[in-house]
Amino acid sequence: MNARIEESAMAEGYNFAYLDEQTKRMIRRALLKAVAVPGHQVPFASREMPLPYGWGTGGLQVTSAIIGRSDTLKVIDQGSDETTNAVNIRRFFARTAGVATTTRTVEASIIQTRHRIPETPLTEAQILVYQVPMPEPLFRLEPRVSESRKLHALADYGLINVKYYEDIVQHGSIATTYDYPVLVNDRYLTSPSPIPKFDNPKMHMNPALQLFGAGRERRIYAIPPYTKVRSLDFEDHPFTIQQWDHECALCGSRDSFLDEMIVDDAGARMFVCSDSDYCQERRAAQEDA
Amino acid sequence: MNFSTPALPLLTGRGLTKRYDGRGGCVDVDIDIYPGEVLCIVGESGSGKSTLLNALALRTPVNDGTLHYRSVEHELLDLFALPMPRRRMLARTDWGFVHQNARDGLRHGVSAGANIGEPLMANGARHYGRLRETASDWMNQVELDATRIDELPSAFSGGMQQRLQIARNLVTKPRLVFMDEPTAGLDVSVQARLLDLLRTLTAKLHLAALIVTHDIGVARLLAHRLMVMKDGRVVESGLTDQVLDDPQHPYTQTLVASVLPV
Repeated sequence: MNARIEESAMAEGYNFAYLDEQTKRMIRRALLKAVAVPGHQVPFASREMPLPYGWGTGGLQVTSAIIGRSDTLKVIDQGSDETTNAVNIRRFFARTAGVATTTRTVEASIIQTRHRIPETPLTEAQILVYQVPMPEPLFRLEPRVSESRKLHALADYGLINVKYYEDIVQHGSIATTYDYPVLVNDRYLTSPSPIPKFDNPKMHMNPALQLFGAGRERRIYAIPPYTKVRSLDFEDHPFTIQQWDHECALCGSRDSFLDEMIVDDAGARMFVCSDSDYCQERRAAQEDA
Repeated sequence: MNFSTPALPLLTGRGLTKRYDGRGGCVDVDIDIYPGEVLCIVGESGSGKSTLLNALALRTPVNDGTLHYRSVEHELLDLFALPMPRRRMLARTDWGFVHQNARDGLRHGVSAGANIGEPLMANGARHYGRLRETASDWMNQVELDATRIDELPSAFSGGMQQRLQIARNLVTKPRLVFMDEPTAGLDVSVQARLLDLLRTLTAKLHLAALIVTHDIGVARLLAHRLMVMKDGRVVESGLTDQVLDDPQHPYTQTLVASVLPV
C-alpha cells in the first residue's frame, strides 16, 4: 500500500498556520493549563477564523497553535476524509502552513476531528483535536453559567443522572447516543463533543493526547494520554455502546461504527463504515490477501 | 407534642441583622430551633420574616450576627464560617427548603419521580430501581397517586405540586426544614389537607420545622412556638397558645384580633 501523504507548498502572505504568534502562545498557555487539569474547561480568547462558527473554529485554532512544519495532518468529519468540512480544513492548513496532509490514520501526527474517533487505535505519537460546539455538559440541565461553575467546582454531578432517569422513564433506556458526558480522571464532568457514545470507550486510557477546542464558546479542555475516562450511568442501567445486526457492506467489518445509507428511491439500505480510512485499509488488505 | 426533646438547640442565631441599603430586612434577631419542634414566624408583609428565613437557610448573606448548627455528630458548626462545599452538603442532606411557589422548588422539565429522586442523586444514589421505589413510596406518604410518578409537575394541581415539593425535600430525611408560606396561594380546603399532612409528617419524622407565614390559623394549627415580627424585629415570642391567647405586644394584639371569626 502506497503512502498517501501529500506534500504542499505554503501560500505567501500568511503567518505559519494562519494565526499570529502571540495568539498561538495564548492558546498554548490555555492548552498547558487544560492538560494540567484534565477535563477542566479553560477559557481562551477565541479569534475570528475564516470560516463560520460551528464549522470547527475551535479545533482550527488548537491545530494552528500546535502544528509544526514536520507534522502530518489528517482531518475527518463524521469519520470521512472527503466531506466539505474535512476537505476545506485540510486544504486550509496545506496552504497556510505548507504541511503534509494524509487520509491515513497511521501516518498522521495530528488528527483534527468532528464527530468521530478513528477506528484505528491511536499511538503516543499522535494528537487528536476535537471540534466542540458546546463544551458545557450541564448546558441543557442548568441554565445559569455561574451555577454550572459551582457544580463543577464541587464535583456535584447528580443532575446528569436526573436526565438519565428521565430518559429511562420515557424511552426505557438512557437515550443519549452522542455527546454522552464523561467523568475525566474521576473529577471533571466533560463533554466528549458530539461523538457517538460508541467512541466513548476509546477515550479511556488512550495513548494519544486529546485536545478539545470550542471556538464560539471560547473554551479549551484536554484529556492527557492514559487518563481514566468514565461514561456516567446507573448501576442497574449500565453504559452500553451501539451495536448493529449488519456488517459493513464494503469491508465486512463487524466492529466499527456503521452509517445507514438509503441507496435508491425504493428505500433499499446499506450499512457502511463511518470511518472511510478504516474501511479502505481493510478492503486494500483483503485485495492483497 | 413532644416535650422530652433534648435541651440543646439545633440551630442558634444571635444578633442576626440583614438590611437592604440600610432599610427593611431583619434587625438583631435571636433565635433557637430545637430538634423536633415546629417554630412559626408570623408577621405582616415586609416585616422581615422571609429575610430571616433566607438568612437562617444560608440563602442570603447577613450583615451581622452569628449562626450555629449542631450536626448529627453533635459538632457545633459556625455556619457563616463554614466552607461552601460543607454548606451545600448540609443544605442537601440535613436541611430542606420548601418554597412558597412550588414552581420555584421543582424542576419542571422532568417527571415527578425525577423531582423526588434528584436530591438523592445529588447525594450519590446511582440505582434507578431503588430511586423509583423511594419516589413512589414518598408519593404515597404525601398522599399523591403513585401511578402518576412519570407525569410532569405541570400535570399536577397547585396543592399536589406543593406536596411534591414537600416530598422532594423530605426524601433525604432532613432534620430541619425551612418553609416559606407553604400554604399561601392554595384554596382553603387544599390548605387544610396540606396542613394536616405537614402536622403528621413533622410529628412522625421528628422534624424540626421553621415555618414563615402571615396566617395566624396556620401558626395555631402547626406551631409549638411562635415568633411575631414587626419592622424587622421580633416583638414577641413564646408558646403558641400563650402568645395567641394572651398577646402582650400591641401589634400581636391587633394581629390576633384581626382574624375573621367564622
